[in-house]
Amino acid sequence: MEGVKNIISEVRSHFPALETSMNGRRLVYLDNAATTQKSREVLEFISGAMVNKNANVHRSMYALSDLATEAYEAAREKVRSFINAPERENIIFTSGTTASINLVASSFCQAFLKEGDAVLIEADSHHSNIVPWQLAAQRAGATIKVLPIDGSGNLSTNLVESLLTPEVKIVALTQVSNVLGVENSIAEIIEKAHKRGIPVLVDGAQGIVHSKVDVQKMDCDFYAFSAHKIYGATGVGILYGKRDWLEKMPPYMGGGDMVETVTYQKTTYAPLPLKFEAGTPNFTGAASLLPALETAEFLREGEVGDVLKKEERKIVSFMMEKLSQIPDIEIYGTPDDLEKKHPIFSFNVKGVNAGDLAQILDKMGVAVRSGLMCAEPLINSFGATSALRASFAPYNTLEEADYFVQCLQRALQMLK
Amino acid sequence: MATIKEIEAQIIEEFSIFDNWMDKYQYIIDLGKSLPVIEESAKTDENLIKGCQSRVWLNCKEEEGLLYFSADSDAIITKGIISLLIRVYNGQSPKDILDSDLSFIESIGLKENLSPTRANGLLSMIKQIKYYALAFSEKEN
Repeated sequence: MEGVKNIISEVRSHFPALETSMNGRRLVYLDNAATTQKSREVLEFISGAMVNKNANVHRSMYALSDLATEAYEAAREKVRSFINAPERENIIFTSGTTASINLVASSFCQAFLKEGDAVLIEADSHHSNIVPWQLAAQRAGATIKVLPIDGSGNLSTNLVESLLTPEVKIVALTQVSNVLGVENSIAEIIEKAHKRGIPVLVDGAQGIVHSKVDVQKMDCDFYAFSAHKIYGATGVGILYGKRDWLEKMPPYMGGGDMVETVTYQKTTYAPLPLKFEAGTPNFTGAASLLPALETAEFLREGEVGDVLKKEERKIVSFMMEKLSQIPDIEIYGTPDDLEKKHPIFSFNVKGVNAGDLAQILDKMGVAVRSGLMCAEPLINSFGATSALRASFAPYNTLEEADYFVQCLQRALQMLK
Repeated sequence: MATIKEIEAQIIEEFSIFDNWMDKYQYIIDLGKSLPVIEESAKTDENLIKGCQSRVWLNCKEEEGLLYFSADSDAIITKGIISLLIRVYNGQSPKDILDSDLSFIESIGLKENLSPTRANGLLSMIKQIKYYALAFSEKEN
């Protein structure tokens, strides 16, 4: 028991933000699905790189630029191995999950989505996995089809067959919804889509944080995630794509670094991955993915990984039990098998506004999200106009979950 | 009729008795609960100010050159602050409303509620009150 406590406090000491105060209380940060706190290793890397590796990448014939380029490409290699992509050419740096999905929606659909075609998306998608497809569909004269979820927040995979009609040219899935926290059965859908030759994009923004991802095993055609949700810098995203698709897709943005030769009339494009990396990237931020993913590995491997996984499972059981005891509560995402539940808890208490709750909790030092959570169609489908969400990272503790529940009960007393 | 400044001073005085946030928020919450609810007929889409966090309805009437507001929100803290705003603005002239700066909200320690990032509709509501005042003051001229 003492050993477990020591490991958890050792883990927490890597994240300076966890030691800060808010409104005169120790910060209990439970908005990790929005962004995670950064590890000391990431912070030190960024400030060091700003001094010792700050020159534009892929451009120049001097040593400092080489150092910057090496750091940027080392991070690409780290991402490749982290998700087990076959080659570095599969890894494209973008500005975030949103940009990664927009890249595919724009470029893939320009080449492969025609009038009368359709895109299949999920009912529990984040806006960033809805709106880019709507834009692409409007441009092409195509339609959007939606795979529904059931009352517990599980994808209705039994309907996939009937929705995968010949018009569907791409499927956009969500590994774990940012509202429901339920691990979706994407393997089954990917297999069915592939049988019909339809490629699949997976939004992994939440999924990558709590589970090991192997894109080859998953066999998705595209996988998108953000650095800032996995301890890295903001403004950096990753798009993994299968080489065949990336080769066939036209460039998304034009500019420097994505070209081979340019005349005023015609340009030939740089080979992958630079074909999709126009302009100066956030190279310091991208390079910080190396220490960020090392932090992620530190939190999920070996003895530390075992301890934190057990703590996470305890947090999930504790939260689901305590929340369900609150009168008039409606919890969103309640799978029978709690192994499928990530530590993301969204709910409403009847007669209480989620924003009011979040404000009172803030006064108690607890940072949680309230509102539509960029998933308006999903929240509206519950008959709600907002919800409260507490989302945990591996560095959060059962003790914090307990404090959250106590604060929630006090806030409800004030508001009811 | 007290002026906007006088009512603001009264509110600051009332809030000075609270020495912790919890009592202050409890007071705001109670104010929110006691705010007379806007008549259903005025809860129209036209009167709706939509934020990500909460929704606010605001209705304005003019009587003999003075403005009267009624409002509602689905968030009780927002509603409590609205009741303070209505107390300050009700029965005032469009010109006085346009000239007001609402510094009392900062004085009583509720400034964060007006932050644009909170998206609770309050800031838009104040803007809407000023639009009404502007519209009526132009009508008068």
